[in-house]
Amino acid sequence: MDSVDARLVNCLQEGLPVCPRPFDDVAASLGLSVDKLLSRVQRLLDERVLTRFGPMFNAENLGGALSLCAMQVPQDRYDKIADLVNAFPEVAHNYERDHLLNMWFVIATERPEQAGTVLAEIEQVTGCRVYDMPKQEEFYVGLKLAV
Amino acid sequence: MTGQPQTSSRARQSGKLLDATDRKIIVATQAGLPLVAAPFDALAEQLGLTVEDVLARVAAMQANGIIRRIAAVPNHYALGYTVNGMSVWNVTDERISELGKQVGALDFVSHCYHRPRHLPLWPYNLFAMVHGRNSQDVEANVADIASLLGEHCRGHEVLYSKRILKKTGLRIKG
Repeated sequence: MDSVDARLVNCLQEGLPVCPRPFDDVAASLGLSVDKLLSRVQRLLDERVLTRFGPMFNAENLGGALSLCAMQVPQDRYDKIADLVNAFPEVAHNYERDHLLNMWFVIATERPEQAGTVLAEIEQVTGCRVYDMPKQEEFYVGLKLAV
Repeated sequence: MTGQPQTSSRARQSGKLLDATDRKIIVATQAGLPLVAAPFDALAEQLGLTVEDVLARVAAMQANGIIRRIAAVPNHYALGYTVNGMSVWNVTDERISELGKQVGALDFVSHCYHRPRHLPLWPYNLFAMVHGRNSQDVEANVADIASLLGEHCRGHEVLYSKRILKKTGLRIKG
C-alpha cells in the first residue's frame, strides 16, 4: 500500500455520489485517471485491504430486525452453548468477550416480529437468559482510518 | 425474503416502500457494485432497466436510509487495526442523543448506538466500538471518550473480543 492507496481508502469510505460517473471526482482529486483508480480499487479488493465496494445497506430499514444480545454462559458449557447458538441461521455474528456477560451475538430476522420467537428458542435450548439490546438510536456506522 | 416484496410495519409507517425492482437492485448489488467507470449503466444493462430508473431508485433508497452510502468497506485487520474493544458507557439519559453523536463522530469509532440498560447487571446505555493498532491505542481512544463525556458518564467498561464464534454476512434473498 502506498500513500495514494491510503488516500483512496479514505475517500472511498466517505461515499461516492449517485450519478452516472461516480468515480470521476475522486480520481481527479487524487490525480489519477478513472481507469488507474479502478485498477487500484480492484487490487485493494484482491489483497483484501477492502472487503467490499458498493451500497452499504441498513438491514433494519429493509424491513427486518437486528439486535445485539448477550448471555452469561457457564465456562464448562461454553463451547457446547456456542454451537447451539450458532446453529440458529438468524445468528449473524457471535463473539466471546471478556466479561460476566461473555457471549455477544447479533440476530437478524426478516420480519421484526420473529425476533422475540428466536430469542425465546435460544433461551430454551441453552438454559441461559438472553439480554436483548436492540438499538434505540444509531449515532454512526463506519470507520475513517488514518492510513 | 421470499415471494412478494414485503414491507414491515415500520417501513410502511415511514413510507419506505420497496417494490420488486428495488429488491432486484438490492440483490444485484449485495456483493458490490461493478468496478467500471459507469457502474449504474452496467447495473441497468444487467437488470434490463434504464440507467435513469436505476439512479433514481438508488438515490431514493439512500434518501430514506435503506442505503447508508455508496462506499468501500475496509478490512480493519489488513490495515493494521488489529485490536478492537466494545466500550460501553453509563450516560445520563437526557444527554445521550447529543453526546452519542459526538462520540460517533470520532475517527476511531466504527459503530455507536444507544441501547437499553439491564439493571442491575448491565448499567450501560451507550456503545462505541473502538479500533486501534494495539491495546495502548485503544486505551488512549477510550480515555478520549471518557474526557468527552466528562461528568455525564457514571461509569464505563471495555469488552475485548476473545474469540470470533461465528461471522456470516447479512444477506437478503431475492
